[in-house]
Amino acid sequence: MATALVLIPLLPMLSAALLMIFGRRLPQQLVAIIGAGAVALSALCVLSIAQPFLATHQALQVQLWSWMQIGDFSPNFSFYVDGLTLVMMSIITGVGFLIHLYSTEFMQQDDSFSRYFAYLNLFIAAMLILVMADNLLLLYLGWEGVGLCSYLLVGFWYRDPANGAAARKAFIVTRVGDTAMALGLLLLYTELGTLEIQPLMTAANIHWVEGDGLAIVATALLLGGALGKSAQIPLHTWLPDAMAGPTPVSALIHAATMVTAGVYLIARTHELFLLAPPTLIAVALIGLLTALMAAFSALVQQDIKRILAYSTISQIGYMFLGLGVGAWGASVFHLMTHAFFKALLFLAAGAVIHCLHHEHNIFRMGGLRTRLPVVFWSFLIGAAALAALPLTSGFFSKDAILLAAWQAPGIGPLLWLGGLLGALLTAFYSFRLVFIVFFGELQTSPDKQPGWRMALPLALLCLLSLAGGWIGIPVREVFPPQEEQHAGFLVHVISIGIPLLGVWLAYAVYISKQISFQDAAASPRGRRWSQLWLAGWRFDDFYSWLLVRPYQTIARFLRNEPVDRFYDFIAAISLQFNHLLSNLQNGRLRWYATSMIMGLILMLILGMEGAT
Amino acid sequence: MMEVLFYIAAFIALAATVLALTRSNAAHALIFLIVSLLAVAVIFFLLGAPFAAALEIVIYAGAIMVLFVFVIMMLNLGEAGEQREKQWLQPRSWLLPALLALILLVEMVTILATIDTQTSGIGVSPKEVGLQLFGPYVLAVEIASMLLLAALVGAYHLGRGFIDRSKGKR
Amino acid sequence: MAGLQIPLDHVLLLATLLFACGLAGLMSRRNIIFMLLSLEVMLNAAALAFVAAGAHWGQADGQVIFMLILAVAAAEVSVGLGLVLQVQRRLKSLDMDGADRMRG
Repeated sequence: MATALVLIPLLPMLSAALLMIFGRRLPQQLVAIIGAGAVALSALCVLSIAQPFLATHQALQVQLWSWMQIGDFSPNFSFYVDGLTLVMMSIITGVGFLIHLYSTEFMQQDDSFSRYFAYLNLFIAAMLILVMADNLLLLYLGWEGVGLCSYLLVGFWYRDPANGAAARKAFIVTRVGDTAMALGLLLLYTELGTLEIQPLMTAANIHWVEGDGLAIVATALLLGGALGKSAQIPLHTWLPDAMAGPTPVSALIHAATMVTAGVYLIARTHELFLLAPPTLIAVALIGLLTALMAAFSALVQQDIKRILAYSTISQIGYMFLGLGVGAWGASVFHLMTHAFFKALLFLAAGAVIHCLHHEHNIFRMGGLRTRLPVVFWSFLIGAAALAALPLTSGFFSKDAILLAAWQAPGIGPLLWLGGLLGALLTAFYSFRLVFIVFFGELQTSPDKQPGWRMALPLALLCLLSLAGGWIGIPVREVFPPQEEQHAGFLVHVISIGIPLLGVWLAYAVYISKQISFQDAAASPRGRRWSQLWLAGWRFDDFYSWLLVRPYQTIARFLRNEPVDRFYDFIAAISLQFNHLLSNLQNGRLRWYATSMIMGLILMLILGMEGAT
Repeated sequence: MMEVLFYIAAFIALAATVLALTRSNAAHALIFLIVSLLAVAVIFFLLGAPFAAALEIVIYAGAIMVLFVFVIMMLNLGEAGEQREKQWLQPRSWLLPALLALILLVEMVTILATIDTQTSGIGVSPKEVGLQLFGPYVLAVEIASMLLLAALVGAYHLGRGFIDRSKGKR
Repeated sequence: MAGLQIPLDHVLLLATLLFACGLAGLMSRRNIIFMLLSLEVMLNAAALAFVAAGAHWGQADGQVIFMLILAVAAAEVSVGLGLVLQVQRRLKSLDMDGADRMRG
């Protein structure tokens, strides 16, 4: 059991190392087998652990070695597996494996095939370490590893400078959050004396009462890290640009790894957050705001991947909303279903792009329903789950979150209303995407069909997206029990009806053309709003104005080293004196004698002055 | 009336010195300098220091000046050197030094103006000098001898290359 | 033999004049031989001042110092003339303004 536990992150890591060192010399097929096989084996190990765990519900702990020893500070390199971790591990290895399998076909033509799989494996390994860590420092190691891998993969096609810029943006923006998180860890350690998660929670409960100032600060700092990694306002700007990487990478970042890290962190340290109600409210508000803002942006995008990117931001916003209102289990549940259907959507989108010569603009697609049936059905199921149509997996999880929001004390109903608006928008934009891409006139005809290695993951993910709602996640022991409150019948009806309304709207606008937004969009105000949404609420411009430009100005100013000018001045003066004095040392004996005499005269004059 | 002798000697010394230092020919300058030194020797004698006067003639006017003569002869400067010396002796080159020397002179004269005594006129015989020299001043004598030894070694070292080369030519 | 009674400031004035002449020569001549000659004049002037002072007090100390100055002059001239030979040999000239390789 312990061996299997260690093997889970070790296998992808070994594979990554192997591919990095020998990848170039191995045949492509072997690389694919090693890369995907390592993750498959890792997934099997997770299964072998899940089996006994589900029987006993006993948390596992494996201590490998003492990581470092600095005075009293001695974090261990050890893993801790409970229900939450198990869910995360299953998502990471399971969905991760499907993405690997898909990539073996998607990346077939790429020169850097082995490099791609090395990074992908490393990504999986880092994410596994993140979720399996039993102390926050080890978690931070995985956290940074994920950040590194996202940088490497977003900038995978590094020959295009724009991709490099997107990668740097992803790295730097998440770094802002990471810095906050590092500060949070330091604060926790100095205040509570440990970073091991379970003792930390106990200590926090002992030392801090609810609403303790330090608890609020510490959780706010942790939240900063979570905002960066999970692409929430105000640190969400990197995610739409992260589309620069290969499409399966987007699937991996959005579904199985990276963006879920923030949700995981808050769920993992939920006992801390329970001690800081203001932070929880902030989490809920940020989540809702992000969900709505990203949904509006998704309405007007034209790039198929950007639509999905904004939908991810929006869905993660829902998870944060759930976390904020204390619906931990529902959030993690939504995390899982989202992983299924978002991976499905991205892989399907990748298949469309793959079959259409890297075409990203949805308005140059259309009518693909009959040409790419497998992709069409996958996309349809994914969109249905994203829109939370009844009986799909997304319905169960999103419904749980909305219900929890409804029941939350205080601003609960307000959050619920906002969530409903978001759900309406989600349904609308996801089916806008489906209708534009797969219905209507054929614009670009596909020149190939996805092979089995692309179709199989799609099919499996379809299954999971449809049936994932019935999977019970074993987190009952992890989170505090929630009192089951039954909302009124009307609330249920509304939350079922809203997505259907959204789909109908999309149908009415894009298929039957009964409703037209042309006039509204053409009016000056409408155009201004749609421009604003298209640019993602101009966050990039705002940051550019607030941070980048002033920084560049300062950098340009400092480039001339203004402080050095002062020292240059001193140096120049010294040099002038040097010239002066070295001119005196002209090597002429007569001049030396003359200057001696001058000195003598001067001394005599002074002496006479003194004598009289 | 014997005092007149002093003033005559003083005049000769001063005139000879000025002439010596304004010559362009080194040999001529040397002869004027010897005259100046002889005049100073006379003054020594008049001041009642016959031993000093003797040494001035023997060592200064004799040995040291002869050294100069040797060197000048060895260098064999000739007409060209003399022309160049003349060229160098432009007012432009000596005006500032002369002015500085004058200022210094004025200063020292101002200081000396406060003295209003005469020399005692007591003669000091060589015997007394000898007693002083090897009595209280014996350490100074030792130091002077060390200095002369060092000068001997230094002069030999500096002149050796020149002497060797001259030999080699022969 | 007894000496004369001469105003001391006259003798010292002579010494000062000689010293100033030597000084002017030292500063204005470029030929190293003349510079050495000027130095001799200056040393001689100093010696004259000592002897005059010795004569003023009727003591032998003035003459003793004169002899020490003599020794210094001899040493200086012997080394100086050795240097003259080297200068002539290396620079083919006695121009001390040309010997300025130690300039800063």
